Amino acid sequence: MGTGALLIAGVPLRVSSATEDAIAAFTGGADVGVGDISLIAPEIAENGNTVPIEVASETAAEILVLATGNPTPGVAIFKFGPLSASRAASTRIRLAGTQDVVAIAKLEDGSFVQASSTVKVTIGGCGG
Amino acid sequence: GNWSRLAAQQALTQDKLLEFDTFGNVSLIHITDIHAQLKPIYFREPSINIGVGDNRGAVPHITGAEFRKLYGIADGSPSAYALTYDDFTALAQSYGRVGGLDRVATVINAIRADRPDALLLDGGDTWHGSYTCFHTQGQDMVNVMNALKPDAMTFHWEFTLGSDRVNEIVEGLPFAALGQNIFDAEWDEPAELFPPFQFFERGGVKIAVIGQAFPYMPIANPGWMFPEYSFGIRDENMQEMVDQVRAQGAELVVCLSHNGFDVDKQMAGKVTGIDVILSGHTHDALPEPVLVGDTIIVASGSNGKFVSRVDLDVRDGRMMGFRHKLIPIFSDVIAPDPEVAKVIDDQRAPHMDKLSEVIGRTGEDQLLYRRGNFNGTWDDLLCDALISEREADIALSPGVRWGPSILPGQDITREDIWNVTSMSYGAAYRTEMTGEFLHVVLEDVADNLFNPDPYYQQGGDMVRVGGLGYRIDVTKPQGSRITEMTLLKTGEAIDPARTYQVAGWASVNEGTEGPAIWDVVEAHIAKQGVISLDPNNSVQVVGA
Amino acid sequence: MASGVKPRVKVPKTAAVGDTITIKTLISHKMESGQRKDKEGNVIPRSIINRFTCDFNGENVVDVKMEPAISTNPYFEFEAKVPEAGEFKFTWYDDDGSVYETSKSIAISG
Ligand SMILES: [Mn+2]
Ligand SMILES: [Mn+2]
Repeated sequence: MGTGALLIAGVPLRVSSATEDAIAAFTGGADVGVGDISLIAPEIAENGNTVPIEVASETAAEILVLATGNPTPGVAIFKFGPLSASRAASTRIRLAGTQDVVAIAKLEDGSFVQASSTVKVTIGGCGG
Repeated sequence: GNWSRLAAQQALTQDKLLEFDTFGNVSLIHITDIHAQLKPIYFREPSINIGVGDNRGAVPHITGAEFRKLYGIADGSPSAYALTYDDFTALAQSYGRVGGLDRVATVINAIRADRPDALLLDGGDTWHGSYTCFHTQGQDMVNVMNALKPDAMTFHWEFTLGSDRVNEIVEGLPFAALGQNIFDAEWDEPAELFPPFQFFERGGVKIAVIGQAFPYMPIANPGWMFPEYSFGIRDENMQEMVDQVRAQGAELVVCLSHNGFDVDKQMAGKVTGIDVILSGHTHDALPEPVLVGDTIIVASGSNGKFVSRVDLDVRDGRMMGFRHKLIPIFSDVIAPDPEVAKVIDDQRAPHMDKLSEVIGRTGEDQLLYRRGNFNGTWDDLLCDALISEREADIALSPGVRWGPSILPGQDITREDIWNVTSMSYGAAYRTEMTGEFLHVVLEDVADNLFNPDPYYQQGGDMVRVGGLGYRIDVTKPQGSRITEMTLLKTGEAIDPARTYQVAGWASVNEGTEGPAIWDVVEAHIAKQGVISLDPNNSVQVVGA
Repeated sequence: MASGVKPRVKVPKTAAVGDTITIKTLISHKMESGQRKDKEGNVIPRSIINRFTCDFNGENVVDVKMEPAISTNPYFEFEAKVPEAGEFKFTWYDDDGSVYETSKSIAISG
């Protein structure tokens, strides 16, 4: 049981206009398909302030990560240089509540693909 | 009366309880979720245990008469008393108390007499749950368990002692402390102190025991008490560990798990190559293993009430067959092991004055129990204590699954109160919550229990409420399960915008303030003298 | 410059030519998001690390643009190629203009 933590629990939020704007800024308005991009995130966050995520692709030049339910959706943009051995990276992010995390990769051929994952952020408590 | 008590116990003998046709070449002994219950107790199994999604109507989500029918258990029989809830008071008066680690020791010794190299595996929730455990920071349990000579254990509530204390105990532990899912939170690497697995050579068989600690530790319990550690289910890593031990020649792979039963079932369907899952955390006691593919899942109850014996025939690197018995520990029938009894008495001796003090008594019709998806009578009493002692409109009490029962007309001692309240974050807070936030809290906890995907279930029961009524449809998604919230003292609907005085305990938030819950409950019981509760009909359950 | 900022990195000491190695980095930093309020209700101004780079002998491995949603004590894990012996250089750029650097050399084995 929590006593009064501020949270936005519940169903994933709809994609906000801020998220749409962030995607458009990254893609320049190009279509976003599915394909060579994966996003690994926990089903339930142990702690919404530090949620481990991993993005991976074979052919991405850059990967944008967005937390669609945060007050501002931006999380990071990974650019992979010539000495990167894989187009993959892990980090830890803040999530203001249960929501979809989205990764969009700009592939070497200039196309864009996306993956998403729902992460539940719970008040917790009441263990057995 | 005495005559029926004697008759019942004569029909039940230690030899009969231990009767087992030794089978195959390997024996496993499983005990789990002892919650620091060193002495015999009463423990009523749940009357309500709802399964959702694919687990609707599946074990362990079956109780009472349905449970007895499924397993062919006669009404009024010893098994009916041990495994179901009906006529609990009458059967308890006939069959007596259950558990006591000195009796558990006798059972373990008897199995070891049959099979000297049997593996003894402890599923965790061991160093938590009593007055002496709290005051010795788990040392009483460590000392008694060491006397039982386990081969390995895994963890959950142990971490609420704080990581410094856990590290200190584990460093001196004379057996393996396992957890493939216990990671160093900073670098996301396996925690060195908790190896993922341990090999044992028993009966000519190379056995790997892989540990699986409680996955939702920092969510269900205060993460700030063990910030260095991260958990999670990590079934990909589990698969890697299984593959690794198989590659190293393991002929039998045992997972010592604190996932909870439905999570274990789901994991067994995802990870291949585990022969046996010894399941803990959700406190289910099942007279037969559940099969998922080639994996058998064994559930061994809680509070020292049961020991599982699993004999296995392992040949040519394969599990060819098994024989299993869930042994109920009838305390009046199984003789205490004198050596362990002495260790137990030594732990308790310095505290006996405090432990044995009688605070109140239950009325002639008043059974106190907790286990079940919603409020038990112990929870009602705790909520009454919170409302009256902390002058609140509404009380919230955690849906934990531990805590022995008290029969009608029985003294309530200080030890009894601690058995249902003891924890390292037991401050009884008082705070203001809006009606809207109360709804969010109930929805959040309900989704941790009734989400159709077991990987979203943290294995606690529904938060217990006092002063508040509601309707719950367990089949609905989060946000729409809970309706018709009512403030019981006025009969009015809860107003989302209004602020209510809420008292509760076991907050996972750091810095929570308030008197200790055990003191709050003791003060309340002392004022009441004899406990007699009004029946609680304030929660209406739909879709079960 | 924010106080108490301490970078830490994990890089293998040796690798064979052409190997892929895993690198992990942590830097202690509160990553003030600019969305929190103090007790008086005033917004606490944003103060984060906004960029992280890793280079090897002058060539880039990874270059990350960071937003306030990156957690306190930013953590990154990624893989690098090792074409030769040399030095990994790690750089974090703070909103306040501070730049934090650390480096690790790697030798070629067998
Ligand atoms: Mn337990
Ligand atoms: Mn548990």
